[in-house]
Parts: sequence; C-alpha cells; structure tokens
Amino acid sequence: MSVFTVFAIAAGGMLAGIGAGYWLPPHGRLARRERPRTVRRILLPFSGQQISRRSFEAAVRLAKAEDATIMPAFLARVPMNLPLESALPVQCARGMPLLEAIEQRASQQGVAVDARVGRGRSARDALRKLIEAEPFDRIIVSADEDPQAGLGYEDLRWLLERVPAEILILRPAPEDKRRISAGGVSGHF
Amino acid sequence: MSASDGPPRGSLKVFIGMAAGVGKTYRMLLEGHAELQAGRDVVIGLLETHGRAETAQLAEGLETVPLSSVVYRGAAMKEMDLAALIARAPELCLIDELAHSNVPGSRHAKRYEDVEQVLDAGIDVLSTLNVQHLESLNDHITELSGVRVRETIPDAILGRADEVVLIDLTPEALLDRLRAGKIYPAERVDAALNNFFRIENLSALREVALRQVAEEVGAKRLTTELVGSREESFASEAPHAVGERLLAIVSPEPRAQRLVRRAWRSAQRLGAELDLLWVRPPGKTLSENEERSLAALGQLASVLGARLIEEESDDLAAMVKDVAERRGTTYILLGHERPPRGLARLRAPLPQRLMELLPGVDVRIVADRSRRPNGDAP
Repeated sequence: MSVFTVFAIAAGGMLAGIGAGYWLPPHGRLARRERPRTVRRILLPFSGQQISRRSFEAAVRLAKAEDATIMPAFLARVPMNLPLESALPVQCARGMPLLEAIEQRASQQGVAVDARVGRGRSARDALRKLIEAEPFDRIIVSADEDPQAGLGYEDLRWLLERVPAEILILRPAPEDKRRISAGGVSGHF
Repeated sequence: MSASDGPPRGSLKVFIGMAAGVGKTYRMLLEGHAELQAGRDVVIGLLETHGRAETAQLAEGLETVPLSSVVYRGAAMKEMDLAALIARAPELCLIDELAHSNVPGSRHAKRYEDVEQVLDAGIDVLSTLNVQHLESLNDHITELSGVRVRETIPDAILGRADEVVLIDLTPEALLDRLRAGKIYPAERVDAALNNFFRIENLSALREVALRQVAEEVGAKRLTTELVGSREESFASEAPHAVGERLLAIVSPEPRAQRLVRRAWRSAQRLGAELDLLWVRPPGKTLSENEERSLAALGQLASVLGARLIEEESDDLAAMVKDVAERRGTTYILLGHERPPRGLARLRAPLPQRLMELLPGVDVRIVADRSRRPNGDAP
C-alpha cells in the first residue's frame, strides 16, 4: 500500500468523521429536523395598561414546558367615530411599553416571544379579528377584578363558547395585587 | 393664467389656535386695526363674533362688506359675499374661520376656496383656524378628544400661507375664560366643560398646535434657506423634510416587532414620520411563519400610523439608499444583524455601508434589551 493511498484513506476517514459529527444529533441538522415543525403558540391578550403577574407567569411556565412561543397581544379599541383602519397613537403610547415589558421579561427567561397588535371596536372584536387571522394553540386570559382593565366576564364566556383553542382563565387571588406594567420596561424605551 | 396676466397674488396670514376662545379672531381684528392705522385699505369680509361682546366691539371702526343671502331649504342663510368683496378690491381683508363649510348653493363649498379666489385677486387676507380642522390631524384629534370635527381643510392650504401665527393660551386660562362666559353663553358652558373643554383634551390639543406651528416654521425655514441659493434646483426636486423622518429596516420575523416599537417611540419623541422597509430578496418564497410575521408587521404599522414599504432587491444597502432618498429619511434604524455566512463575511457590515451610501443620515442599531446581562430580574 502506497503512502498516497494511506493518506487518501486517512483523509477520507477524517472527512467522514466531520460529516457524521455535523449530521448527527445532538447539535447537527438531524436534530433540527426532528424538532416538531409546528411551534405551539400561546396567546396572551391584554387591553389595559397592566396585566396580572399570575397570568404572565403561567404563560411563561407553559411556554417553557412545551417549547412554545408566547404571543402577547395588545388589543386596541377604535372609537366608533373613527374608521376601523385608523392609526391609534394615543392608545399605542399606553400599550406599547407594556408589550415591551412583557417581551423583555419573557425573553430574559429564555422564552420565545412574537408580539401582536389587534384592533377592533371593542377588546373582544380586536381579539376575534386576531384569532381569525392566525391560529393559536392556547389562550391565557386574566379574569381581572376590573372588567374595564381588560376582557370582561362576557368576553370570557364568548371566548369559551366560540374560540377553538385551549382557554386558560386565571383569576388571581384577591390579595395577589402583583401586576406587570409599562413601568417594568428595562432601560430607555 | 400666468403671473403676468393679473395682479400679484395676495398674501395669507393665518392665526391658529388649539380651540375656540383662545383669541384668534380678537388678534386678527387687532392686526386689522393696526393695518388701517398704517394707512392701508382694510375691510372685514366675514366675522364670526359668536355673540362675544368684546369681539363685536373690536370690529367697530373697520368697514364690513355686507353678507350675501343664500336660500337653503327655504331658509335664508348669510354667507360672505365673494363677488362684492372682490369688486370692492381692498388691500387687506379679514375672513374668519378658514375651515367653514359654506351653505349649499354658495359659489364654493368651502370658505378656504373663497379665500383662494380673494388671494388670486391680489387681496391680502388675514384668517383664523383651529388646529383640529387640519385634515391630517383630524383622526388623531378625534382619538384624543372623542369629538369628530366635520369641517376640515387640506394641510396644503396652511402650508401655502405666508405667515402662521400661533395664538397660545394655557388650558387653565382658557377654562377660566369659558367659565366667565367669554366663549359661549352661560347655558352652553356646562356642556362644553363636560365634552370638548376638558383639561386633558386642551393640553393635548395645545401640544398638537405647538408642534404643528413648529413644523410649519421648520418647513418654511428649510425652503427659505434653499431657494435663491445654488441649491435651488435641488430644492424643487428634493422631498422637503419637515423635522425628522425615520426609516426602520425590518424583515418578517418576530424580533422585527420590537424594532418597530422602538422606532415608533423614537418617532414620537422627535415628532417625526415613520416608514418601515422590508427588502424582499428576488424570488424569495415566504414560509407560513414569515407570512404571518409580515401580516403582523403590516397590522402594527397600520395601528401605529407608520407606512410599511415592501421592495424587491438583492442589494439591501442600495435599496435602503434608494428608499431613504425618495422618502427624505433623516434617521435609519436597524436591528442587530445575524453573523454573516459564506461570502457575505467579506462584505462590509450593513451599518457601515449605509453610512457610506447615505452621508448625513443617522444610522442607529437597536439593541435587544432583554439580552442585557444586568437586565431587570423578572
């Protein structure tokens, strides 16, 4: 066997080794291919200026457990005297910082976040449009003491009756006043 | 008609305010008197006193062109007599409430159209306007105040005014005037206080009015600086930037949402317009998730009042340059780039290329704050 043949076999072996290392689990392409194609999507809608910390934490726990994406959604209400497609800068000035705060907190815990903004004549209408536009596997909503702050009890009933997704309604204990608000944004926003 | 065929166009001066009662008409009348005393031929084409005694008193001593009568649905309504005013041919005419809609059957549907004709006749005009009547601000102010204003005028009318004077008053002072019955009769005061004349409304409107006039001043300063200089030809072709205009470079992926939010907040602080640009590589087919992200970006842009521009090119920097020049961009925002792969490693990074291609345009890389090692613990 010539020196050239020995070198050729050695080089072939090394290339095969590199290739196998690249293609085989746990870090290679096979591992990526084996991942589920559909990422679970957890919708976390809100329309007020704060959300229950309990709801947020539940969404993060579930997202971590299921390798899912949290989709916080700000529901903007279009006044009746404005066209439905109107820009809503005043409401956005309140909603965007909270969206940012939620995204920062979730990202810091290693959870994927993909935010949304819904727009409708009411919070329910905005949510309905959002759900019609794309599918969500699970929706986590907070049954807040103050229905003006978010989705009211009628909206929750509508959600349970009409929306084809897992619905998780959380009512924090009366003494649990913890909230996530725009003030939680880290740094300049 | 060319400029040489008739008299030179008159000049337009507009007194703008945040709401009724700030003193626009009063100031207009004061200037009318000052011009009269300076020896000019001044008339009142139309005055809306709204029953305010001090306004009516101030109008004394100024000639008024009688109003014409227009019959509408069997009732005789009073409107400015445009033909009589032009026939009278004063040097200066005072015409109140520029955004007023004329009674159907009048020569023009809107008063600003009458004013245009008066200006074309070579007569100078003083007029008044509330900021909520500007077309571009109408939706914004409806959202702020909850009251939809029906009578609007195109922004271009104000843009063409030779002078815009802001009549400013603090919301508290305006409310004092309202309570004292200086704006509306006593029976209307309570309703006004409970509806439009709320302090939060007035504060917001005041901010809008101040900003609007600042933009007008900025736009005029820019034009004055350029016209007559060697850059005159450039001035006529280039988009006139009013303050700042931001351009955020986005792609259909979740992290773009954060970039857009940050860009929007910056635009809000600067009082600037925001454009979003996605440059689609030629022939690229979007995955289902990318389609959703793109739709979500469109929705976010629409709610924020930004404009999403979609272009196709395989040279991102060149396309950004093209769009930035077209839109008069002064500020570009982009997210943190993914590490380049393959031959792309040999190319200069995008921010550097943009700085070379667009000298004078700020380029800002928006950080992902959630990745800060010392970020707030949840």
